[in-house]
Amino acid sequence: MKSVELHNRLTTSLLRSFTFLLIFAFSLSSFSQDVDEARQKEGKKLFKSLCASCHKLDKKLVGPALGGVEGRRENSWLKAWIKNNAELRASGDADANAIFEEYNGSNMTAFPQLSDKNIDDILYYTTVGEIKKAPAPGQEVVADSGASSSSAPEWIIYLLAAAIIVAFLMIASLLKQVNELKAKASGSDFKGSNFKRDLHELWEGLKKNTFLKVLSTIFLVLIGAYVFFGTVFKVGVDEGYQPVQPIAFSHKIHAGDNQIDCQYCHSSAKHSKTSGIPSVNVCMNCHKNISEVSEETVVEMEDRTLGKAELDLEIAKVYKAAGWDAENLEYTGNTQPIKWVRIHNLPDFVYFNHSQHVTVAGVKCQKCHGPVEEMEELYQHSPLTMGWCIDCHKQTKVDLKGNDYYEKIHEDLAKKYNVDKVTIAQLGGKECGKCHY
Amino acid sequence: MASNKKYWKSVEELKDSSIVETLSKNEFVEEVPTDEFLGDKETLENSSTSRRDFLKYVGFTTAAASLAACEGPVRKSIPYVVKPDDVTLGVADWYATSIADGYDFANVLVKTREGRPIQIMPNKEANGTTSARVQAAVLSLYDEKLRLKEPTKAGQPISWSVADKEIASKLASLKEANKPVVLLTGSLASPSTDKIINDFIVANPNAKHVVYDAVSESGAADAFKAMYGKRALPNYKLEKAKTIVSFGADFLGDFHGGFEKAYIDGRKPETGHMSYHVQVESNMSLTGANADKRVVAKPSDQIFALLNLYNELTGAGVSSKATPIDADIKAIAKDLKKAGSKAVVLTGLNDVNAQLISLEINKILNSEIIDVNNTINIRQGNDAEVAQLISDLKSGSISGLITYNVDPLYTLPNAAEFKASLDKLELSIALSTENNESASVFNYALPTPHFLESWGDTLLEESTYGLMQPTIQPLFNTRQLQDTLLKWSGSSTKYYDYLKAYAKANVLGISSWNTALHNGFFKKEVVANATFETTVSISNVASLLANTAKKSSGFELNLYTKTGLGDGKQANNPWLQEFPDPITRASWDNYLTMSIADAKTLGFSNPVKDNGAIDGDYAKVSVNGVEVTVPVMIQPGQAKGSFGLAVGYGKTFGLKDEMQVGVNAYPLYANGNNVQYGVSIEKVSGTHQYACTQVQKTIAGRHDILKVASLKDYKTVDPKDHHQGWNKPSYVSYDHKEVEANTIDLWDEHNREVGHHFNLSIDLTSCTGCGACVVACHAENNVPVVGKKEVRVGRDMHWLRIDRYYSSEVETREEAKELGLSRGEMYEALETEAENPEVTFQPMMCQHCNHAPCETVCPVAATSHGRQGQNQMAYNRCVGTRYCANNCPYRVRRFNWFNYANNNEFDFNMNNEYGKMVLNPDVVVRSRGVMEKCSMCIQMTQATILKAKKEGRAVNTDEFETACSSACTTGAMVFGDVNNKKDKVAALAEDKRAYNVLDYLQTKPNVIYQVKVRNTNEA
Repeated sequence: MKSVELHNRLTTSLLRSFTFLLIFAFSLSSFSQDVDEARQKEGKKLFKSLCASCHKLDKKLVGPALGGVEGRRENSWLKAWIKNNAELRASGDADANAIFEEYNGSNMTAFPQLSDKNIDDILYYTTVGEIKKAPAPGQEVVADSGASSSSAPEWIIYLLAAAIIVAFLMIASLLKQVNELKAKASGSDFKGSNFKRDLHELWEGLKKNTFLKVLSTIFLVLIGAYVFFGTVFKVGVDEGYQPVQPIAFSHKIHAGDNQIDCQYCHSSAKHSKTSGIPSVNVCMNCHKNISEVSEETVVEMEDRTLGKAELDLEIAKVYKAAGWDAENLEYTGNTQPIKWVRIHNLPDFVYFNHSQHVTVAGVKCQKCHGPVEEMEELYQHSPLTMGWCIDCHKQTKVDLKGNDYYEKIHEDLAKKYNVDKVTIAQLGGKECGKCHY
Repeated sequence: MASNKKYWKSVEELKDSSIVETLSKNEFVEEVPTDEFLGDKETLENSSTSRRDFLKYVGFTTAAASLAACEGPVRKSIPYVVKPDDVTLGVADWYATSIADGYDFANVLVKTREGRPIQIMPNKEANGTTSARVQAAVLSLYDEKLRLKEPTKAGQPISWSVADKEIASKLASLKEANKPVVLLTGSLASPSTDKIINDFIVANPNAKHVVYDAVSESGAADAFKAMYGKRALPNYKLEKAKTIVSFGADFLGDFHGGFEKAYIDGRKPETGHMSYHVQVESNMSLTGANADKRVVAKPSDQIFALLNLYNELTGAGVSSKATPIDADIKAIAKDLKKAGSKAVVLTGLNDVNAQLISLEINKILNSEIIDVNNTINIRQGNDAEVAQLISDLKSGSISGLITYNVDPLYTLPNAAEFKASLDKLELSIALSTENNESASVFNYALPTPHFLESWGDTLLEESTYGLMQPTIQPLFNTRQLQDTLLKWSGSSTKYYDYLKAYAKANVLGISSWNTALHNGFFKKEVVANATFETTVSISNVASLLANTAKKSSGFELNLYTKTGLGDGKQANNPWLQEFPDPITRASWDNYLTMSIADAKTLGFSNPVKDNGAIDGDYAKVSVNGVEVTVPVMIQPGQAKGSFGLAVGYGKTFGLKDEMQVGVNAYPLYANGNNVQYGVSIEKVSGTHQYACTQVQKTIAGRHDILKVASLKDYKTVDPKDHHQGWNKPSYVSYDHKEVEANTIDLWDEHNREVGHHFNLSIDLTSCTGCGACVVACHAENNVPVVGKKEVRVGRDMHWLRIDRYYSSEVETREEAKELGLSRGEMYEALETEAENPEVTFQPMMCQHCNHAPCETVCPVAATSHGRQGQNQMAYNRCVGTRYCANNCPYRVRRFNWFNYANNNEFDFNMNNEYGKMVLNPDVVVRSRGVMEKCSMCIQMTQATILKAKKEGRAVNTDEFETACSSACTTGAMVFGDVNNKKDKVAALAEDKRAYNVLDYLQTKPNVIYQVKVRNTNEA
């Protein structure tokens, strides 16, 4: 178990966005000369929207890999094929029929709507491919400055500690002077090293001063109690719990960048008490076609940074679990469930139901789970303590409009408490038995 | 009159035992055993561990434990690879299916969570009922200790394909040589399986099918065949009956599979009509306990009484004998004649002649109650064919034996002969779900799936075609009997396809298979029997019958099945072992029941220990040269001169040590006859320790617990009448004046107007005491099993128990005072009545008092009151002071003395991975040191509310259920929201029969009881 302070997370993400800005600026400037970027972009857009569900540039998918296809086929043949491949086959074209046979007679969609220019753009994209980015020269520097900036709070703490020590010494020396004055008066004969003597005098001074004694006792008791209860009340509270998962899955990429709805994967949240970790077949709905991430994707986990090479391996783990043979594009039947590490653990004696909160109350997932769409590596955002639950139940006013179940109950309760809107607690959401059975 | 009755729970109480008096005052029957862990003084003094050392150890371990606890365990969450479409995690799926395990048959609904069946409930649409055993069958599915897991040959694992090959060639060679092969199965009641077996026999003409039921009703089936030409059991439409007379037929128990629903449907006092039920019997059965009039007669007297009744009704003079109950029989004959075609006579004696007489009587009465067309197809066992089989085996004229789900080595009275002749077989195959003694000695033991893993069909009665479907993937490497037989017949069809085709062709017609499968049953038209000329001569039958009884000498033994264990198939099921017998309240045992008078003469007693446990003496019983030693239980209402003994116990093979309890009574069950004559008995030394909850959990104060009225009073007397009323309010003294208890209160009323307010109504008239609710509660609420030793000291964990009270009509306290009787003498007078007491059952669970005494005494507010009426128990808050239990007048709180889960000391279902699959994931498994009790199934009410909220509607009428109310097929338990005036329970709460137990305490329970009404046949 490792927990990470929130402010660290904030600085890292700020830093990251800064780095990206820099990289972006460099890439813009360095590559505009040798590639017609506008054409590539246009072609890529068309390719992604029309072709990508069956084709990749460098790999077989449902259809053949299209990288450098212009080098293998005539431009006119390609245009004919793309516009209406069935017609081309019917015309008895040997190549067309051979391709059709090779892919087990699966029909490719006809695209008569594409103009010649469109097709040329697409073909241009298949030829030049993705625009490669050389490592940005500024990156190192930025990373360094980042490191120093992220350690800043640490030396602030040292500074503060030093200040406290200094202040303490100042008080001590003041006391010493007072004592020295007193000693001169009483003619003390204490001999020894200066420091020892100072300490001794400080101690003597403390002993004599009843007010200081009482004050420091109270101070110590308070500090002790604070430390003790602070520790004890944290036992079993795993806020910030961020275990290493078997697959480096980034919620940021899925829920954030790609805007996938939470309940697409956690589909039982609206029906059931459990939100449900998605089964591997749900992953495969998309990942059957997405076997690799784009070149520039970087995922920064707490203790490691994953680039394309690493992330593609993570997707391969999904394939292994699903028993998907990415080479031959078929399921082998040799499956292995993924053993995720559970982050949000409620004790057995608590009953929590997702659907009550998600479907009935319409609470956003983020209310309890935090900004999941920004988390590269998921962590427990809320303390999940009973006080935390109860606070929300006490404060949240319930919107009961449009639910016939609440109609009569709400009317009666509003009258009873003489309010417009009742809280969950007033509805009975604070009773022990509602969650403990 | 209700108030005139004295209620008591045990014979010991009648002796005015001070122990019982003390027990009723104790919170827990057993003292906290401090001595056990403090040990004796000497050892303590000699110990080298000083007090200081001890404190150091404690300090260290506490610190170490808390440090270790800082690091939470890493929990894995493992999703499906491909999630089945019909599974939503956390949401239960229900499947309609049927049970047919050879002894228990029912149309049921099965609740599954994430593909695991966790509960069985009756399929009420199909008129299905569940008994305690059917409810508990879901746990037997997960019996990894007993179930056969893979095919074996001579104890060594073998693959299915190799086994098939070897067996097929062996069968072929037997067929070639025309050597007989017998297929021995229990009752199947499955039309498609019958057809497969027939096909198998056609393919193998040397094969024969013999049906063998361990507990036989062969006599009834044979008699029906002789009379109506079809081997089946008649059905009884008891809901329409006016007078029911039963001679030892336990029709609320296992007779013909049970008729509790029909029986109770005919006994609803609010309709003004109640059947009048007379039970003539020797053992105190569940049916006898519910009867309006119970006539005690030993079995031979029952036979003569039956003949006398026949003579009385017909005026014929078949040979018979006078009995002590002739006067009763005369009265019965009169009642039967009066009721005419609305009367019915049933006989429980497994004797073809006795059954023929009763069929004849029903014919004479022109009874509309007996239904000879819609016959019952279970209990097909044929004693004659089984006897023939055994003699053939002995003579070596049979070469192959294939058994299916029977264990002859345990259940046959002549098991030793059977075993000895097995050597003469060339091929012996046991197809079985459980490993048993027989499977272990056969050549091949081939595992078959549990019915919850199987496809199948049932025809329990002619009108209801039931379907069986799997509710879980097979747990082990099993294959169904049907698939096996199809394979051995050379067919490549899968049984599922066969079944579907069969159902479509023969039953469903144009109706949809999917609909039938979804409903779990299909209503068939009943075809009337073909006309049949019977050749039965009643006078012959009567003289044969009289001769059987005339042979009687000495004591008579009536073998019976217990509500809990039945024929013993589920003996390894901890829920059933811990289930207290409805009559004796003893669990984990069988015993010889004996009348009070016989016990006195023979010198047997049941002393009650100071912890409420009961001891018993041993008796050596010998019948026809077979001797068994059994403990004795003195049973009020047992016929003098007769004993009762339950079969199904004493099984040892493959069972867990804890489950190897009781004595095997099957060796006494000669010729499948449940009555054995010429029994001799001898007291032997030793003391048996029962686990009996009879006098434990005695409710404080004894009046106003039960209220009973006669049907006549119910109709004519004002229930609140100050003198004659049968549901009088209770009075308390206030300011030196008698006032109605409900006019004064210590407490402020809760506001109950907003939202739901749950009430549970329990109709004592409809409750037969069957105990299905007790097991349903086990399953729903993860109630732990604690074992025999713990039950004995009163630490059973049942949230719901069914108290059984005996009552006697005569004495009142006032009367006794007038007569100047001492308390002891009064009880003495009652004792004569105890020879045949009235019995009343009362389900008792947390009463969810609106003014709960337990709530005020909890120092940590762990038990508190919900606005919906439930008394809530927060386990994580409880520190185990047990003050609440001490202050509960109903004795319904249970304390977790130990960790019952994952504890080798309690090696029941919560201690192994399979058994834990039955746990309800919506309810926590409680740990040591906390109090628990009935929650009024708050997880179910909350789920119902949530469902309504999600669908954006108000909760439907009668939508709320608890586990006990859904398990109750007689409708005795009704649960609902009294704030919804349309809910049934709202009217019941206001009913004139409604009362609260101990209402003078003004605890204002949310559990309401309905006064028991008995038809005393006046008016």
